[in-house]
Amino acid sequence: MKKLLKRVYVWEFPVRFTHWVNVLSILVLSVTGYYIGNPFMHAYKESQYVMGWMRFIHFTAAYVFVVSLLIRLYWAFAGNKYASWKALFPVTGDKPAKLIQQMLYYAFLAEKPRFGVGHSPLAGLTYLLILVLYAAEIFTGFAMYSLYNPSGLYNSMFGWLFLIFTTPTLRLIHHIVMWLLVYLILIHIYVALYVDKLEKSGLMGSIFTGHKFVYPEVKTKD
Amino acid sequence: MSKLNDDPGITDSLAGQGISRRDFIKFCTLMAATLSLPSSFIPKIVEALEKKLKPSLVWLEFQDCAGNTESLLRATKPTVADIILDILSIDYHETIMAPAGKQAEKSLMDVVKNQKGKYIAVVEGSIPMKDGGVYCCVGGRSAIDIAKEVCGNALATISVGSCAAYGGIPAANPNPTGAVGVKDAVPGITLINLPGCPVNVENITATVVHYLTFGTLPATDRLGRPYFAYGERIHDHCERRAHYDAGQFVREWGDEGHRHGWCLYEMGCKGPETFKNCPVVKYNEGTSWPVQAGHGCIGCAEPNFWDTMAPFYKRLPKVPGFGIETTADKIGVGLAAAAAAGLAAHGIARAVKGKDEKEEKGE
Repeated sequence: MKKLLKRVYVWEFPVRFTHWVNVLSILVLSVTGYYIGNPFMHAYKESQYVMGWMRFIHFTAAYVFVVSLLIRLYWAFAGNKYASWKALFPVTGDKPAKLIQQMLYYAFLAEKPRFGVGHSPLAGLTYLLILVLYAAEIFTGFAMYSLYNPSGLYNSMFGWLFLIFTTPTLRLIHHIVMWLLVYLILIHIYVALYVDKLEKSGLMGSIFTGHKFVYPEVKTKD
Repeated sequence: MSKLNDDPGITDSLAGQGISRRDFIKFCTLMAATLSLPSSFIPKIVEALEKKLKPSLVWLEFQDCAGNTESLLRATKPTVADIILDILSIDYHETIMAPAGKQAEKSLMDVVKNQKGKYIAVVEGSIPMKDGGVYCCVGGRSAIDIAKEVCGNALATISVGSCAAYGGIPAANPNPTGAVGVKDAVPGITLINLPGCPVNVENITATVVHYLTFGTLPATDRLGRPYFAYGERIHDHCERRAHYDAGQFVREWGDEGHRHGWCLYEMGCKGPETFKNCPVVKYNEGTSWPVQAGHGCIGCAEPNFWDTMAPFYKRLPKVPGFGIETTADKIGVGLAAAAAAGLAAHGIARAVKGKDEKEEKGE
């Protein structure tokens, strides 16, 4: 039985754009950040500026990342239903039940659940966790950045963190959260490839083009 | 030290000790620079010090090693120390005073009684609070008892050194004596914190000179530290900073980079975490300071540095429960490998399961 698949516009331009800006900035932030924590390359001439450039690129990429996140957060309220913030909280309707089924499915303990067109409940929950980790990186990062000028704007915005944590602890959190994001990104890529193969909905292509292919009976409009 | 009734003026008085007017002006210039004041303030400082108000100063030592006293007295030539002793009337200081026993304690009590609200109290060392404060007693009285009376009646109290400011080494984990800094032991007093292990003596002098010149204590941050000395990071004024930006790091003690005076960042230097003016004022009259001598900063001026800045020779703190030598990056790489292995296993399991299902369906 052959059915003609329906082409649905799922990921709007701001969603795709911020996704790829995030990919690039996280990649740059991780590599330069790792270098700042553990300078594995050494300069051999006084005139070189390796750490200087690494820090400059790190801080610039941090600004790019924050702006990208702000655009994405705005789009979570302004965009279509697939971009909505509501996907991060799979608590309504049959979502909790589907979430559990999905987890069991990944552990080979249940049948394959029917995935919707947008984020699945488990994906939504994972992105909530990632968002929390992003926030941790941004807050600890800007707090440490603010040390260069303790009476500046950033210290008044993020300096309260020093009342709770010491600077070495902030550095450790910033470091560990980077690694947590590395695992989550590994899992994200794996699951994306896996679901792409499983559903054959053009999931991998959708983050480039915005379109997915679904069976005609799948509900795509509210 | 008795007051001179027939006051010959500070220049004559110092000349008797072999200190010229020029040395005195140089000292006033140093004080203006330490306080981050423009040079137009030098005449004001000169004028204030020439008045020779000689405020009484009592120096209390509790759970300490007299390191800050050493820092004060460790002058290579009789200039700064002599000038300080000429502008202040140090009426009680256990390490350098002439009287002993009951006479000594009497001179302390005389200051408290006769100059109530007019003298400066300096505290060196932490104050133990556990078991009624029995772990530090001077002349039969507990440190907390003395501190309450002396600091409570003072015009202002200066906590010198990290022990007096935050509890310091006696307060390090497990803190058997319940040691705290002056701020926690005697709350509500006029207090200025000058942490450091030991404090740079210029910062004590500059604080007093600020008071003599302007009649107020210098502006302080949320930890009670004056901005002029603790407003900026060691890292941002470090003489090795250019090597940091270039990417030239010491990797091992005595390696080529170490011999060339490169950055000590990889050796666990806590300059990027520590607020103090060490690179500018240095120690022993500007002779040297730890980073100049080839050792990283250990963050001795930061709260509870013995616990929070350890390990001193590593960049990141220990991760609890993973052993002493395990750094966050090793755990990070290990977990990343575990995550990748887990995903691979999932993929293989999925492939095998898929094959089974196909076989069941007879495909």
